[in-house]
Amino acid sequence: MIRIEGLTKQFNGITAVENLELEIRPGEVFGFLGPNGAGKTTTLRMLSALINPTSGTAWVAGYRLGEDDQALRRNVGILTEAPGLYDRLSAERNLSFFAHLYGIDDVDGRVERYLKLLGLWERRSEPVGTFSRGMRQKLAIARAMLHEPSVLFLDEPTTGLDPEAARLIREFIEGLSGEGRTIILNTHNLDEADRLCDRIGVLNTRLLALDTPTALRREVFGRKVVFHLANLRPQFEATVAKFPFVEAVESKDAKLLVTLDDPEAHNPTLVSALVNAGAQVRFVGEIRRSLEDVYLHLVSNGGTEPERGNET
Amino acid sequence: MNRVYQIVRKEWAEVFKNRLVLFTVAFLPLIAAALPLGILYLGRSSADFAADVGKDIPQGFSVLCNNLTGEECVQYFVISQFILLFMILPLAIPITIASYSIIGEKTRRTLEPLLATPITTAELLIGKGAAAVIPGVIATWLAYLVLVIGAAWMGVGMDSLLNPFWSIAVFVVGPLLALTGVSVAVIISSRATDPRTAEQTSMLVTLPILLVFFAQVAGLILIDAQIVILIALVLMAVDVALLTVAVQLFQRENILTRWK
Repeated sequence: MIRIEGLTKQFNGITAVENLELEIRPGEVFGFLGPNGAGKTTTLRMLSALINPTSGTAWVAGYRLGEDDQALRRNVGILTEAPGLYDRLSAERNLSFFAHLYGIDDVDGRVERYLKLLGLWERRSEPVGTFSRGMRQKLAIARAMLHEPSVLFLDEPTTGLDPEAARLIREFIEGLSGEGRTIILNTHNLDEADRLCDRIGVLNTRLLALDTPTALRREVFGRKVVFHLANLRPQFEATVAKFPFVEAVESKDAKLLVTLDDPEAHNPTLVSALVNAGAQVRFVGEIRRSLEDVYLHLVSNGGTEPERGNET
Repeated sequence: MNRVYQIVRKEWAEVFKNRLVLFTVAFLPLIAAALPLGILYLGRSSADFAADVGKDIPQGFSVLCNNLTGEECVQYFVISQFILLFMILPLAIPITIASYSIIGEKTRRTLEPLLATPITTAELLIGKGAAAVIPGVIATWLAYLVLVIGAAWMGVGMDSLLNPFWSIAVFVVGPLLALTGVSVAVIISSRATDPRTAEQTSMLVTLPILLVFFAQVAGLILIDAQIVILIALVLMAVDVALLTVAVQLFQRENILTRWK
C-alpha cells in the first residue's frame, strides 16, 4: 500500500528527513514516534503529495509521488496537525465544501453519514467557531474520511484533547482499522501508539527502529523475568546462567533478574533448576517495559535506566 | 470549473460574514455614486454654486464641451472629476476581500487541508481571485448604474456619462484594476501575517490613482479618454507582471513551509 524508498527532505540545507526506507502493508495501522522536529509531519506531507521530496520516492495507494499527485490526493485522507476548519461556516457547509472538491457524487448523503457517524449531526447547522476542541477534531476527521480514502494520515489526532474526547477519537481510529484501511499515525502519545499501532517506526530525522510495539520492547531491553526467592544465595546466579537461552542474570535484594528471549518456554526449566539447587521460589513475575522506555532509550541513544519498568 | 465555483461560493459565504468586508463592499460604492449626484443636485438647485464651479473649469476642459451648453459643460466637468473614484472602487474592494481570504486561510491554518484535496494551484488561485474581483467589479458597475439613473433623473445629458471616456474607465480599467488589487494582495499576503496589515499595505497601490485624482482637482492635468486608454494599457502590462510574481509566490511548498 505504501512503499518508501530513500525519501529525503531538506529545507535550506537542513535535513528534516533522511533516507527513509519503509513498507506499510494494506490494512496496517502504522505509527511514527519521534520528538518535535523529528520529521514526522514532513514525512506525512511528502506522502500526501503536499510537498516534494528532495530525493527518493514513494508509492502511495498505487501512485508514485510526483507522477500523478492529483490522483494520489484523491485516494488519501489527511488529518492535519491543526483541524483547519472554517469557523464562520457550519459543520455541514465545511464538509460539503470539501466533498465537492473531492468530486463526491452524493454530497448531501455522504456529509450526513459522516456527521452522524461522529455524533455531530444534531449540531450540523452551527458555526464551527462555537465547537469545542474535541468536536472540531471529530469534524476534521470526518473531513479526512469524507471521500473514503484507502490510506489515511493522522497527524497527532488526540493532542490537546481532554481524556474523554481523546478516548472517543482513539475508539474511532480502532474502528477504522477494522475496516481494512491503511492508517499512518503521527503521535507523541506512546500509550496511544502502543494500543493502536500494528507497527511503530521511531523517527528522529532517520528511522531509528521499526517493529511491533512488543518486538521493540524485546529488541531494546529483552524480556526480564523476576524470580522472588525466600533464600537468595550467590550460587543461584550460576545455576541459571549455565542455560544457553539465558541472556543475562543479576541478583538484587531477594530477587533474581533473568533476561530471556522466550520466558513462556523457559520459565519451567529455570524454576525446576532453582528448586533443585535449593531455592525456595515464592513467585515469578516479569518486568514489562513501556513503549515510553523504548522510545526514550532510542531517542536519547540508550540513556534509560535499566531498572525502570513495571513488574507484572 | 466546479472546484473554482466551489471556492468562490465558500469565499463569499465566509468573507461576507466579516463586517469590515461587508462595509467596504457596500459603503464605498454608495459614496462613489452619492457624491457626484449630491454635487449635481446642488448645482441644479443653486445658480451661484453652478456659476462658481463654472469659473473653476480649466481652459483645456472647455475644449471637450464644444457642443454643450454652459450648464451641460459644468455638469460634464463635475461628473468627470469623480471618474477616478470609480477607478479606486474596483481596486479597494478586491484588496479587502483578498487580504481577508488569503491571510484568513493562513492564520486559521486551513490551507493545508485545502491543498491536500485534488484542487490544482490554478483552480485555487482563479477561485480566490474571482471571489475577490467579481464583487469589486459588480459593485463598481452598480454604483455607475445608480449614478447614470440618478443623473438622468436630474436631467443631466447622458452624453456626459455614456461616452467612451466613462465606458473605458468603468468597463475596461475597472476589471484591470481589480486584477491589480488581487495580485498585490496575494503578493503582500505571502509575507504578512495579519489581514489588516496586508490590507493596509496593499492599499498603497491606490496611491497613484489618488495622485492623479488630486492632480486633476488641482488643475495640473486633465483626464480625458486618451489618458484613460493610457492607464488601461499601463495596467495591462502591470497586471501581467504582478500576476507572474503572485503565481510564483503562491507555490504549495512555499505556502506550507515558509508562510509564517
